[in-house]
Amino acid sequence: MSVLRPRSAAEALRLYGRNPGAVPLAGATDFMVGWNAGQANGRTILDLAAVASWAQIRATRSALSIGALATHTQIQRDRHVRRHLPLLVEACATVGGLQIQNRGTLGGNIANASPAGDSFPPLAVYEAVVEIASARGRRRVAFGSIFAGVKKTVLGPGELIEAIHVPIPRTPSRQLWRKVGTRAAQAISKTMVAGLLWLARDGTVSELRFALGSMAPSVRRLTKAEAFVKGKRLTREVIHEACALLKQDVAPIDDIRSTAEYRLAVSENLLAGFLTRQR
Amino acid sequence: MAHVVGTSARRKEGPEKLAGHARYVDDYRIPGCLHGVTLRSSIARGRIRRLVQDPGFAWDEFVVATAADIPGQNVVSLIEQDQPLLAASEVRHALEPIALVAHADRARAYEALAHIQVEYEPLEAVLLPEQSEQVFESFLIERGDVAAGLAEADLVVEGEYSLPHQEQAYIENNGAACWFEADGTLVVLASMQCPYYVHKAMKPIFDLPGHKVRVIQAVTGGGFGGKEEYPNLIAGHAALLARKAGRPVKIIYDRHEDMLATTKRHPARIHHRTGVKRDGRLVAQDIEILMDGGAYVTLSPVVLSRGTLHATGPYDCPNVRIRSRVVATNTPPNGAFRGFGAPQTLFAAELHMERVAEAIGLDSVAIRRKNVLRVGGVLAVGQVLHESVGAEAALQRCVKLSHFKDKRREYARWNWRNDLPTWRGIGLALVHHGSGFTGSGEVYLASKATVALTRAGEIRVLSASTEFGQGTNTMFAQLAADSLGVPFEWISVETPDTSRVPDSGPTVASRTCMVVGRLVRSAALKLRNALLREHGHVPHTLRRLRKAALKLCGDDLERHFEAQYERPAGMQWDDETYRGDAYEAYSYAAVAVDLEVDKATWEVKLAHVTSVQDIGTPINPLLAEGQVVGGTAQALGYALLEAPVYKEGVMLNAQLTNYIIPTALDTPEMEIAFVEAPYSNGPFGAKGVGELPMDAPPPAVAAAIHNATGLWITELPILPERLAAADRRRQTPRARR
Amino acid sequence: MRRRTGLLELRVNGKPVRFGGPPFTRLLDVLREELGLTGTKEGCGEGECGACSVLLDGRPVNSCLIPVCQAAGRRIETVESLGTPASLNVLQQAFLNQGGAQCGICTPGMLMTAWAYVRGGGSSDPAAIRRELAGNLCRCTGYQHIVNSVISAVRSRRRSLAKKRSAPKRAPVRRRRPAARPRARRR
Repeated sequence: MSVLRPRSAAEALRLYGRNPGAVPLAGATDFMVGWNAGQANGRTILDLAAVASWAQIRATRSALSIGALATHTQIQRDRHVRRHLPLLVEACATVGGLQIQNRGTLGGNIANASPAGDSFPPLAVYEAVVEIASARGRRRVAFGSIFAGVKKTVLGPGELIEAIHVPIPRTPSRQLWRKVGTRAAQAISKTMVAGLLWLARDGTVSELRFALGSMAPSVRRLTKAEAFVKGKRLTREVIHEACALLKQDVAPIDDIRSTAEYRLAVSENLLAGFLTRQR
Repeated sequence: MAHVVGTSARRKEGPEKLAGHARYVDDYRIPGCLHGVTLRSSIARGRIRRLVQDPGFAWDEFVVATAADIPGQNVVSLIEQDQPLLAASEVRHALEPIALVAHADRARAYEALAHIQVEYEPLEAVLLPEQSEQVFESFLIERGDVAAGLAEADLVVEGEYSLPHQEQAYIENNGAACWFEADGTLVVLASMQCPYYVHKAMKPIFDLPGHKVRVIQAVTGGGFGGKEEYPNLIAGHAALLARKAGRPVKIIYDRHEDMLATTKRHPARIHHRTGVKRDGRLVAQDIEILMDGGAYVTLSPVVLSRGTLHATGPYDCPNVRIRSRVVATNTPPNGAFRGFGAPQTLFAAELHMERVAEAIGLDSVAIRRKNVLRVGGVLAVGQVLHESVGAEAALQRCVKLSHFKDKRREYARWNWRNDLPTWRGIGLALVHHGSGFTGSGEVYLASKATVALTRAGEIRVLSASTEFGQGTNTMFAQLAADSLGVPFEWISVETPDTSRVPDSGPTVASRTCMVVGRLVRSAALKLRNALLREHGHVPHTLRRLRKAALKLCGDDLERHFEAQYERPAGMQWDDETYRGDAYEAYSYAAVAVDLEVDKATWEVKLAHVTSVQDIGTPINPLLAEGQVVGGTAQALGYALLEAPVYKEGVMLNAQLTNYIIPTALDTPEMEIAFVEAPYSNGPFGAKGVGELPMDAPPPAVAAAIHNATGLWITELPILPERLAAADRRRQTPRARR
Repeated sequence: MRRRTGLLELRVNGKPVRFGGPPFTRLLDVLREELGLTGTKEGCGEGECGACSVLLDGRPVNSCLIPVCQAAGRRIETVESLGTPASLNVLQQAFLNQGGAQCGICTPGMLMTAWAYVRGGGSSDPAAIRRELAGNLCRCTGYQHIVNSVISAVRSRRRSLAKKRSAPKRAPVRRRRPAARPRARRR
């Protein structure tokens, strides 16, 4: 095997452009599990660890830009993220144990495209935009369109995730992050939800954003339920109907961690709880 | 002289472990050592037609061993001689070892496995115990007349309980290193609980006399039963490769292989039919037990025996019938795991007790006090308890410490409200656990322990009882120090090495403290007597001890004082009728679990555990508490998290990522207390401690969940999925949210 | 298309170390097999159990998930950097006193995670300690004595730091050696 170790973003993109078959590597927390089991033998590795400019978190007045190589620990500690994106902070705190949070990166997590990526539901409701770069140029993809299936993204040959831009949301009336996993810590989720809700003065919903993880091949926004509640008061009937619409946007499965039935029931309960909750 | 028994003396080997200096088997650098790996069956049952090695592969770099290379018998000797070291003509379970490969580079050795093809003729596999017709062992225990008892009862309550496999999940995987000395002696250095089991198993495989086999325990990173019998297999494999290679060979399993291939707790299905009088008195217990032994006998008969003997719970019921059997399936063999059959049967007994209480309209405490074993009480096997019965005291203390009754009232109010996000509950369980081998087991073992005095004035405890976290070394040193009347620091405990230490029996069955500890004490008293005879008194300074040692040792380098097991007077057991004194003494525990269940997710959050134990006199309270907290955590995992998933006889979630054991956040704060009912034949009054903590928490959890939700979950683990399904099934759902 | 990585340099327990083997050798294997630092243990090989935890630039990481090339130029601390059996450090001593180690296999990793916490001024709140240690599995202790050990170490360290801080003012010994301090300051 051979390892390419670029020192700058430009070098990384150039090397990857010339070696599109290489495996890009960030915190290595997922890659090494497979590597230890004998996978990826003989592949060329593009080790991005030394590309310092991609590990920064920057804030402007309207958005945060999280470098792809920012670790989950870094994100949790960043004061801008803490202030504006609390759901992302909470999500990053549930990724593996401390050791994984210290190594795993947001960009690596997205590129890995697990259906259970913990940071994805918050990024979905914050309507993040993924900045993708290659030797040929740059493009932006809405977070909701970055995944092409289980463990698949829309990244083309030679393309790397450079940063995740997150517009700073106006203060929501309610927000929720909840991961339902196999245990209290270091768990893979059975389902997880992120929700943002803005209510108008008259108590009607001006906007609902609600995303679910581990409920489909990739993270899902509840487009049907979100559209349904818009402009309505959150009465029992409206909430009931919104929960009934939930299943139209997801496709939960039975696996070694849980059952489709449980995942769906819990997701509906969490949505109902979120919409019901009075502050 | 300050006494050290009863104090929390510091762990003897603690500093070495804390500095990272303690050497576990994989920490040894052995010159010229090869790494061994195992080729395993990919099917659950079939005949092996042939093995084909890829002719294009560079086999001359490798050492390959099959059953044909075994110089002696192809057998892993334990209770029966049914398990081959390597499958030769047939496989009886998936992952059964068939061939071995060694190479200096571990990755290369693994690579070679892909170049051996096994051609099978598949046979139909039996994967469920209910479908098995092959019974490894069965028992019938009867007391009184169960039919008459049921007829006399005011109420008969029935229940069925299911228990899954459980993985020991010691953090150090199984491993062994083996080599042959120039004189032909086989040396085994391994992570293990029972050096003399390995010693016994190696002799027939290599056709060696006992003195040509030397087994040394490396520092062992947890066992919990998982290193009781399995090391026989790994040691045999490593030794076979070493013999063929003419070089040392190390086999260290990775986590996946360890979980896939090694033994687990026996799954069980248990049926109870209980007759009870209106006042709560039990008049009949009719119990049926079915356990899944897996493909080979291993320790199944004794696991079943212990499970059967504990199946009634710690109660005195005049009419009992227990029918039990353990059967063969084409799955990897199940074996020893802390509690050894008792956690399964006690889960059923104690959760059933809750259902009986509810049916008759008594509370959890009252029904237990009505029936609990006291001094003079009689067990189903006819054993009369003459002393050291702390069950009721433990129960009372636990009820008090946990505020059980107040909490029950408080939670009734909490659960009545439907504007709260959780249900809350508190549940309890009461258990007994016999110390030592069952019945005549200790007589057959005839264990020995030695205390040695060297010419240099060192006092050493020599026994085959291993340290793998429980505190054996420290506890033995405390016993020897106080028996002799010398400081704790003067005592050292030797690493078990069969060329040095006598056979003290296996380090299992909650026997180390009570049984072997008693031998250590007797041996120390013999040394004390010798010192008194020679010296007039036990020396108070090391200088004087050295002087006395020179005298006592004469021309020898060291003098040994040995003690051997003697059955306490009055104890008797009949193997034929299975009646008599099943265990010398029992320890008791009462546990209360306080928890809440999330109404939206059915997740269970443990709030607090109160655990009160009667283990006689705790020799070292800190270490004993460590055993209790640790065992409780394992038991809570068994109750709530640990769910092995099987398909075609293969564990699908054989990784720590997907086989879920508790983290620090899943384990609640625990309050541990001891009520002491000393046992007159135990060293300083001690009884067994190791397994007891595994028994009570699961039924206490299930009882608490019933208290919270009104649901009876009779199958472990109590996963949120199971709770959700039961919640949905019930006719009158409670308001959620 | 191969870039030669040559010798990798890392700093292990304060000493510079060179490694010339494959760049994707696990840091764990470099520590154990090349450097003979067998205090660091392997429990699962997939970053789940934390037995292989070491500190990388002061932060706990799983050394089974780190290709050694990613540790190049960085600071690594293992259990061997803490204290010896005869002279345990404050955290190790707390583990000994409070029963924080049983079988000992998770202990080195547990110590390293806890050491980063204690050294970083972590609080003695049991809930915070449990959160911090959630990436280190232990099957023997049920964690309670480990949590107690960390609490005890946090307190001892605070006491000794407080003593040190107040020491120069009170200790006349220091005043007699003024030369030592300016030199230290210049560094």
